[in-house]
Amino acid sequence: MPEIKVTPLGAGQDVGRSCILVSIAGKNVMLDCGMHMGYNDDRRFPDFSYITQNGRLTDFLDCVIISHFHLDHCGALPYFSEMVGYDGPIYMTHPTKAICPILLEDYRKITVDKKGETNFFTSQMIKDCMKKVVAVHLHQTVQVDEELEIKAYYAGHVLGAAMFQIKVGCESVVYTGDYNMTPDRHLGAAWIDKCRPDLLISESTYATTIRDSKRCRERDFLKKVHETVERGGKVLIPVFALGRAQELCILLETFWERMNLKAPIYFSTGLTEKANHYYKLFITWTNQKIRKTFVQRNMFEFKHIKAFDRAFADNPGPMVVFATPGMLHAGQSLQIFRKWAGNEKNMVIMPGYCVQGTVGHKILSGQRKLEMEGRQILEVKMQVEYMSFSAHADAKGIMQLIRQAEPRNVLLVHGEAKKMEFLKQKIEQEFHVSCYMPANGETTTILTNPCIPVDISLGLLKRETAIGPLPDAKKPKLMHGTLLMKDNSFRLVSPEQALKELGLAEHQLRFTCRVHIQDPRKEHETVLRVYNHLKGILKDYSVQHLPDGSITVESILIQATAHSEDQGTKVLLVSWTYQDEELGSYLTSLLKKGLPQST
Amino acid sequence: MAAHLKKRVYEEFTKVVQQQHEDLSTKKLRLTKPSKSAALHVDLCKATSPADALQYLLQFARKPVEVESVEGVVRILLEHYYKENDASVRLKIASLLGLLSKTAGFSPDCIMDDAINTLQNEKSHQVLAQLLDTLLVIGTKLPENPSVRMRLVEVACKHLTDSSHGVRNKCLQLIGCLGPVEKGVAKEAESQAAKDVQKIIGDHFNDQDPRVRTAAIKAMLQLHERGLKLQQAIYSQACKLLADDYEQVRSAAVQLIWVLSQLYPESIVPIPSSNEEIRLVDDAFGKICHMVSDGSWVVRVQAAKLLGSMQQVSSHFLEQTLDKKLMSDLRRKRTAHERAKELYSSGEFSSGRKWGDDAPKEEIDTGAVNLIESGACGAFVHGLEDEMYEVRIAAVEALCMLAQSSPSFAEKCLDFLVDMFNDEIEEVRLQSIHTMRKISNNITLREDQLDTVLAVLEDSSRDIREALHELLCCTNVSTKEGIHLALVELLKNLTKYPTDRESIWKCLKFLGSRHPTLVLPLVPELLSTHPFFDTPEPDMDDPAYIAVLVLIFNAAKSCPTMPALFSDHTFRHYAYLRDSLSHLVPPLRLPGRKLVSSTVSPSITPHEDPSQQFLHQSLERVYNFQHLDPQGIQELLEFTIRDLQRLGELQSELAGMADFTATYLQCQLLLIKALQEKLWNVAAPLYLKQNALASAAAKQILEETYKMEFMYSGVESRQVVIIHHMRLQAKALQLIVTARTTRGVEPLFGLCEKFLQEVDSFQRCFISELPHMQGSFVDKLLDLMPRLVTSKPSEVVKILQTTLRQSTFLHLPLPEQLHRATANIIEPTGESDNPLRFTSGLVVALDVDATLEHVQDPQGTVKVQVLYPDGQAQLIHPKPADFRNPGPGRHRLITQVYLSHTAWTEPCQIEVRLLLAYNSNKSKASTRIPKSTWSESLEALPPSENGIEGTIPFSKPVKVYIMPKPARR
Repeated sequence: MPEIKVTPLGAGQDVGRSCILVSIAGKNVMLDCGMHMGYNDDRRFPDFSYITQNGRLTDFLDCVIISHFHLDHCGALPYFSEMVGYDGPIYMTHPTKAICPILLEDYRKITVDKKGETNFFTSQMIKDCMKKVVAVHLHQTVQVDEELEIKAYYAGHVLGAAMFQIKVGCESVVYTGDYNMTPDRHLGAAWIDKCRPDLLISESTYATTIRDSKRCRERDFLKKVHETVERGGKVLIPVFALGRAQELCILLETFWERMNLKAPIYFSTGLTEKANHYYKLFITWTNQKIRKTFVQRNMFEFKHIKAFDRAFADNPGPMVVFATPGMLHAGQSLQIFRKWAGNEKNMVIMPGYCVQGTVGHKILSGQRKLEMEGRQILEVKMQVEYMSFSAHADAKGIMQLIRQAEPRNVLLVHGEAKKMEFLKQKIEQEFHVSCYMPANGETTTILTNPCIPVDISLGLLKRETAIGPLPDAKKPKLMHGTLLMKDNSFRLVSPEQALKELGLAEHQLRFTCRVHIQDPRKEHETVLRVYNHLKGILKDYSVQHLPDGSITVESILIQATAHSEDQGTKVLLVSWTYQDEELGSYLTSLLKKGLPQST
Repeated sequence: MAAHLKKRVYEEFTKVVQQQHEDLSTKKLRLTKPSKSAALHVDLCKATSPADALQYLLQFARKPVEVESVEGVVRILLEHYYKENDASVRLKIASLLGLLSKTAGFSPDCIMDDAINTLQNEKSHQVLAQLLDTLLVIGTKLPENPSVRMRLVEVACKHLTDSSHGVRNKCLQLIGCLGPVEKGVAKEAESQAAKDVQKIIGDHFNDQDPRVRTAAIKAMLQLHERGLKLQQAIYSQACKLLADDYEQVRSAAVQLIWVLSQLYPESIVPIPSSNEEIRLVDDAFGKICHMVSDGSWVVRVQAAKLLGSMQQVSSHFLEQTLDKKLMSDLRRKRTAHERAKELYSSGEFSSGRKWGDDAPKEEIDTGAVNLIESGACGAFVHGLEDEMYEVRIAAVEALCMLAQSSPSFAEKCLDFLVDMFNDEIEEVRLQSIHTMRKISNNITLREDQLDTVLAVLEDSSRDIREALHELLCCTNVSTKEGIHLALVELLKNLTKYPTDRESIWKCLKFLGSRHPTLVLPLVPELLSTHPFFDTPEPDMDDPAYIAVLVLIFNAAKSCPTMPALFSDHTFRHYAYLRDSLSHLVPPLRLPGRKLVSSTVSPSITPHEDPSQQFLHQSLERVYNFQHLDPQGIQELLEFTIRDLQRLGELQSELAGMADFTATYLQCQLLLIKALQEKLWNVAAPLYLKQNALASAAAKQILEETYKMEFMYSGVESRQVVIIHHMRLQAKALQLIVTARTTRGVEPLFGLCEKFLQEVDSFQRCFISELPHMQGSFVDKLLDLMPRLVTSKPSEVVKILQTTLRQSTFLHLPLPEQLHRATANIIEPTGESDNPLRFTSGLVVALDVDATLEHVQDPQGTVKVQVLYPDGQAQLIHPKPADFRNPGPGRHRLITQVYLSHTAWTEPCQIEVRLLLAYNSNKSKASTRIPKSTWSESLEALPPSENGIEGTIPFSKPVKVYIMPKPARR
């Protein structure tokens, strides 16, 4: 039985370090190649030695697919391709290919320059790695080799995020990466057609959550900002450079536009500017509104949002500032926070989750006095708000995707085990498909039942379909033919052709049967009676009385001779080829019943 | 057969007509134009290759064919069809057959047999499909022939087994369009057939080709549209199609389910996998709700739209559509809506958000959570959050329709609608505001909802703001804080966008009159009165102060205790505002302010009747003036006109009526004045001045009659007759004046004839009204008609003159409702001192914003006129999309006018105004008279009567200061 094997090297019952190995019909594919944010040792990268101990990875992997540019999905890529060694193709979408190196470079800088680690990948390695990347378009079917093909679907989440369908022959796997089923201000919702894959590998970050509508959150956010600005206060929004930051920018930008507000909005420079550039470029990947209006104006060409300068923080009057990083643990956002924390008119809005130990986490948990470096005590008088903007599908969204794709099996990754358990149970209950949730390093085997395509000659097909009633929709149909398995290909041909091709002589198979009839008359009279009888019954067939005294019904031959011992008994010899078995046996049973009494 | 045909063709080709003259001396030969069929035949015979033939056919198809020769052409085509081997040519012929059968006046039953015959031997699927299409055309052309239809349907059924989807498609389409729909006919055979048609189509719901499946559903829907009652058994089949792989099938299936749910709302269907049963409409509602989260947005839009029209659904299911259970880590969470409501009911409003405010509460039983509800759960929640705005708009519309029929649902959907006010697409925001307005009598806004609603007041889009003002006009607010909040926000809006003044005042007027008791406690604060101290008198010209006063005075109307709280200057301001902004400030009964009340209240307040009475009385008086001397008549008319005009200014409801009658009287007055001149009998050319007066009067009357006819909405045929009659009189006057001023008789001939034609057409158009016009000008004229026709122009003029003098003044009956079309240009304001500078030769766009009231079909009639100082006038037709329709009878024109001119030395003012274009051809009279008489008279009407087009200025001109600069080299 053919099977699909899935082994998560990361993200199995875990969030972070996404890396899943799939072997399908003899092809090995690696899905994502991420790093883990929680570790600083070897555990931060997937254990590639699982694939092969010695020998190059290229020999074992047919291709690598990266779903989107978040570091937990692509962070280990330079390490994997340059340091471990992989020369095969790497597939990602165009925006991912554009933005990925920026983030990798940033990541490298922080690890090497700030933390002083050695034995890490270099800028050159990132460049070399990127050279191996093949960019794909949405819905473009890419032939990796003759049998393996992949296809990208839109996934929402971040710019360029995609779901990938991997297909070999009739077997297919869909890997979702991270996706979002509800649209936001700059991206649309994930969409997939009814591709009915054998296996759907889905993320399950919010497996046990059903979220409220986005509108309430957005409205709250805007109202908070608006009120503070109207009061003359300053608003600080700590963000990470990519993803949510752009969504919030769009949100504020359109709001400013709509409400005709004049207060300045600043965006801390650096990474973001570069990223915004790409957002401007990849308009086709954004949502309907941005796509439709970009002819008049590209939404990412912000009218109200300007680059931030350090000196602006001391300017009087209201302003809104987006600053990195998002958890207030260092950098510009922290500096601005320190300056503004003392004034109760000001406000800080945390748009995402904060890790324990960061300033962000402290103020969110209600701490009002913070101890800074040098034993300074910072009193926080400004308002602290929390708004969650997250772009993962919730439980309902995951179910919706499963409904759309109609997979035969589901496998959950990228989530916590406990939460997965719940979702798994729900999926099995509602869709009646089996659901798996392997841990890291654990292999799941899924049996498939692939269909095998067979070539058939058009003539044979037409001939066979012409027999009997009209082909009924989607119902299997019985056909006669000879299956030829030759040179690794299957063909259905007519028997004559098969014989010819194989150089075999045709053998005739005939059935003969004797039927005794009590009839005292002469032979030819009996024959005539039989003939009349059959003629009367078998109206649709051609019944002929041949001059030599035999009867043919189609190709079936009937001869009558008198019994050698008893002249009153006539022996009817019925003979037919095996193709006419049906009619032949019907005829004999008919004749066995005897002839009707002639009047 | 072929020989016969050919003979026939040649007969058509040349026709020899012998004309026998009386003297028999000459014989003339005339060639008729070669008929089309013959030409085609020749062409087709010439064609050597299929490509050639195809070319000929294509050329042939471009030209129309006369009805008489259609049959001949068809025969030729058929003949060629049988001979042709190339499928593409046959295809073209088949399509031409269909095209030809469509020719108006041609009855295709004669070619039907041939068309059916061609089907028999056809092998090509494409040609077959095209032939079936032709049969469909033929069948639709013969609607009253059931046997033909039966035959065609049979033919179609036979071809349903074809292996090509195109052929099956067409067959189904044909069956759908032509299948018998008569039910309950006496003959059983027919009803049997009807049943069969449904079954035949139903069988193809499972066809292997999605296009055929779609066609089958569409055919079924077609049958339904044609009046066949579909069987309930189809429902289960249709439900299965909802899970189809192809979107067009799903989309059609949704429609079919909707149709069935409307046909059998109350029948009971079982729920699969349980032994419960529910109403069919509920089941269908659940299924369509499910489709709101379909993968294809086309289906989503379709589903969302249809939801709105399923009003029979039970409330239990309806309310589920807004339900979405939230959870976080398997613990139940409340939605933001619920939290807001709770905050509000606990009396603690606008508390700052803390982290974990939305912390999940109780644990959820994992078994009980149903992630994909099969029912209607959360359909609208999904629909309103959809990615495509088309879906969102459809969902909002559906919400609106459902909420209008169910108050409890309206209350529930409020939160969601309010949320939509923040949508990213303006259309959606606007739509949801309009929706809210439509359901506003079912709902009361909570304070937090009001807060969100009011936040939109700052929107920079004028449409949005004004829609919101409209909404506030008819909202119910629950608390006095709510009123206060609304007032504060509106005032904020006013300072930010001063142009919204009128709209805001109007909004406050309604807000005040709807909530008098809520305004009452706010009065001291709003007027900033103090129990002990006198406060400074606010500035009377401050729009914000006026806004507050409008709110208070309107509330005071139904709250008699309120005036006691007013301070002295408030009363003074009331008197002022009552006079200057009478449409916003209602009349009040103010105690102790006799001065104010005595002048205003008794005359108008108690009822509206007295003013109407006054109107009628004064008209009565006028119509009875026969016994007065001419001088007295004139005076009476003048006074009455003055009275009416003043009445119109005072009583806005009667303005249209008063103006209308005043105009009419004015016309009469002019006519009398013109006829009064004693000098008519003297030799004309000596009295040029007098003539000028009379001809000017005639001209003015003509103008006024056009105004009366086209500027008022609600004018009925009774009035139109009178107006036309007045116009006829004016024309008679014109004729007389011309006759007296011109020498010679020659030009008069034409004029007289024209006038008589007009009288004639008047008679024809208004034949039914003539009995009511005893003793009038036209009545007398028609009596004299035989004499007029035969007499000379000079005599005609004489007769006209006497009739005109003797004719009585016609009583003008008033319709129930009469409104004058008005326009008000809001922008440009005409106050700017800064000239609009632009380089000469280039174009500058001037934004024009105007409100139009009581204009029918503004898209067709309203024009913008720009008058340059050099007398040059430019007429601009605004695009239909520039007109918006904010309410019944009201329109809004927001457009851009492009100006250009050569260079000027200094800035100068141009005038912009709105014109109402009219065309006497499309006059109201002609549309009102019965169809039959119209169609007869149409051809007979002289061309002069057909095309009088003109424009009536109906807005005050606005001056715009512009300065085209010379271009720099």
